[in-house]
Amino acid sequence: MKLVRRLALVTLVLVYLACLGADLLAPAGYATQHRESPNAPPGRTFLLGTDELGRDLLARLLHGGRISLLLAPAAALLSTFLATLAGLAAGLLGGWPERAFARAIDVSMSLPWLFLLLSIRAILPLNVQPLESLLIMFLLLGILSWDAAARVVLAGTRSLRTQDFVIHARVCGVHGWRLVWRHMLPNLRPLFVAQFWISVPYFILTEANLGLLGLGVGEPLPSWGNLLRGLESLPALADAPWLLAPLVLLVISVGCFHLLAPMEESHT
Amino acid sequence: MTLVAVLAGALALAQSGGELRLCLRADPKTFNPVAVSEDSSDAIRYLTGGVLIRANRKNQQLEGELAQSWRVLEGGRRIEFRLREGVQFSDGSPFSAEDVAFSIEAYSDPRLQSPTWDAFRAGTGRPRTTVMAGNRVSIAFPVPVAALDRLFDQVVILPKHKLGRAYREGGLREAWGLKTAPDEMAVLGAYRVAEYKSGSYVLLTRNPHYWKTDAKGRRLPYLDSIRMSIQQNTDIELLRFMRGEIDLVNSLSPDLFERLKAQRPGQAVDLGPSLDWEFLWFNQVAQAPIPGYKKAWFQSAVFRRAISSAINRSDICSVVYRSHATPAAGPVSPANRLWFNSRLRAETADPNLSLKRLAAEGFHFSGGALRDRSGNLVEFSLLTNAGNKPRERTAALIQQDLAKIGIRVNVGTMDFPSLMERMTRNYHYEACLLGITNVDVDPNGQMNIWLSSSSNHQWNPSQAKPATPWEAELDRLIQAQASEASQERRKAHFDKVQELIVEQAPFIFLVHKNALAAVSAALEGAAPSPLHPRTFWNADRILLTPALRSAR
Repeated sequence: MKLVRRLALVTLVLVYLACLGADLLAPAGYATQHRESPNAPPGRTFLLGTDELGRDLLARLLHGGRISLLLAPAAALLSTFLATLAGLAAGLLGGWPERAFARAIDVSMSLPWLFLLLSIRAILPLNVQPLESLLIMFLLLGILSWDAAARVVLAGTRSLRTQDFVIHARVCGVHGWRLVWRHMLPNLRPLFVAQFWISVPYFILTEANLGLLGLGVGEPLPSWGNLLRGLESLPALADAPWLLAPLVLLVISVGCFHLLAPMEESHT
Repeated sequence: MTLVAVLAGALALAQSGGELRLCLRADPKTFNPVAVSEDSSDAIRYLTGGVLIRANRKNQQLEGELAQSWRVLEGGRRIEFRLREGVQFSDGSPFSAEDVAFSIEAYSDPRLQSPTWDAFRAGTGRPRTTVMAGNRVSIAFPVPVAALDRLFDQVVILPKHKLGRAYREGGLREAWGLKTAPDEMAVLGAYRVAEYKSGSYVLLTRNPHYWKTDAKGRRLPYLDSIRMSIQQNTDIELLRFMRGEIDLVNSLSPDLFERLKAQRPGQAVDLGPSLDWEFLWFNQVAQAPIPGYKKAWFQSAVFRRAISSAINRSDICSVVYRSHATPAAGPVSPANRLWFNSRLRAETADPNLSLKRLAAEGFHFSGGALRDRSGNLVEFSLLTNAGNKPRERTAALIQQDLAKIGIRVNVGTMDFPSLMERMTRNYHYEACLLGITNVDVDPNGQMNIWLSSSSNHQWNPSQAKPATPWEAELDRLIQAQASEASQERRKAHFDKVQELIVEQAPFIFLVHKNALAAVSAALEGAAPSPLHPRTFWNADRILLTPALRSAR
């Protein structure tokens, strides 16, 4: 493992530990409104200051990190799983199912996913708890983001299908699940792993984008996305540079995930 | 030679009022006064259009403009104007009673559906205009119209010689579009449209035939031109103001206002409460797809008032609006001196009073949460439009305030079209937090909110007949004030309307936002008012200081 990747891993572990230890590091709580001290600068009571409602920014940053850093990998796992299932099946079947599947990927990738997500979000039940709405949102993200990974898996499967060892296995009577399980999956595994690591920062950033639009997690839950809304006004940052903290943490985390994504190609 | 040139330059500078610069938030949709329906076009109409009567935005009194005098007759059924002599349109054509008659005919034409005429539609039928001797015009309406003279503040007089043909041929609504050559548009206001570049700016120049003069007999307006840049981003608008590129900002958010105040304290102007209100309401629509037990809560005035008394309006003012807002007592802001009901007081936060009210309705605490008589957990969703930070913050404060009395509020944000779909079509919502922007001081401007038959009667719109006795009474009172000629009796009726609304709390009024503006120190004569159009309502009397004029 190269030094840079080791550093990325250590950094990411530290960020995870800080977020998981949010209650210890910032005991003020992320939802408590200290209405007498809105927009307070960093100080002894609030290490990173408060937001516009007087809520402890450090607590919100760390609790927000929990959401982004735990749910984004979960969504990435889901989308990679769906992409694997679909890409593998279409790639093995070949012929018209494969062509139809490839067209379906094209259609899915051309959809304005943001509007699709907004529409689906708009028809959600009314009394959804903030945490439930968050889970639903990441579930939707996971389900809707299968296409890019599926294209990669399809291409990988197609390539494996014509490899000598697969043809040899077939000639020897290895078919169906046994062929997939023993010969295809082990060879496609580096692809899945790479897709997973690439997807994690994508989901973190998607949540951040939705949060920026005010359509992220519901009050009072924090997320890095809705904390980034504090950066909408650039001139205000000159007076309150500590508001950059969520951006810094987001960039570090996304950068670390990218560095940790495996670089090697799949091989037979 | 040099001395002569310098003197000539100085003389020219002394005669020139300079160019006023400000921003519009969006491109105008039209230059046609009949078709105006949004803010940008309205600002241009205000600056370029001549009206018979204008409401002074400072003292809220009516002043004669193109009408030298006027009389409201037959209990508001008829109004008679005596027109000013010698007035000319910007193209030099004379203004006459024929133009007034043509304008009334055009605005009241149902085929044109002019938004300006909505306020006049007290009954069916069109007004009859009679041109009389002595430069007088009489306009008779089929039914009495309350505050008839005040409504003429919005009615810009159209040039018959320019638009008469388009009207006869049925194309008036399409006339004076954004591509119309400026020479084709003849106006009676202080300025005329000189140039428009889509997405960039609108340039207005002085109307050379404007009739008004100042106390010293100098011809108005003082300014040579007004350049209105199209700028959607309020941060950039403020930056441009601070760099001296623009001279006025008509509306500022509290955050931006505070930033300006810290850097240029003399130029940040808090004009006090505006006419606007922020409020929340519960869905009382009978066919709404929400559980029956929740409908029962929402239809209970006691429940609504209990929610009202649990909300800390002072905190909303200080935390969300940085003390640039006033707790709201009712639908009329204290800025509306004519119609404000001073007997009403904004409710102060009192969780104990809320719990007492709720207990009277059978609500009780169980397991740390509030439950109704049947044991249902008291929980509702509160929707607001995504991207509006003050509203999202207000919702978060309300969420915490109601948590104190054991009520769980799920705050949801939604893009505006989706929210409108729920509010107006499928009624799939429980509570909603929004704001009302008022430009009209007269209660007739609120008729479409309070009448139970109206589609804007938001808590239970478009009722075939009033669903509750108090809504029937509300209908009666609001209609009574609309058809009453006496100002005192109208005020008495509308005071009762306000009291009834506060007592029944179909809307829970939260705050009146303050009108926050920025006015450059390099302007003379600016007298901003909380009423629209705040900073430039007297644009014919504003001028730039000589220093700024020479710098430009």
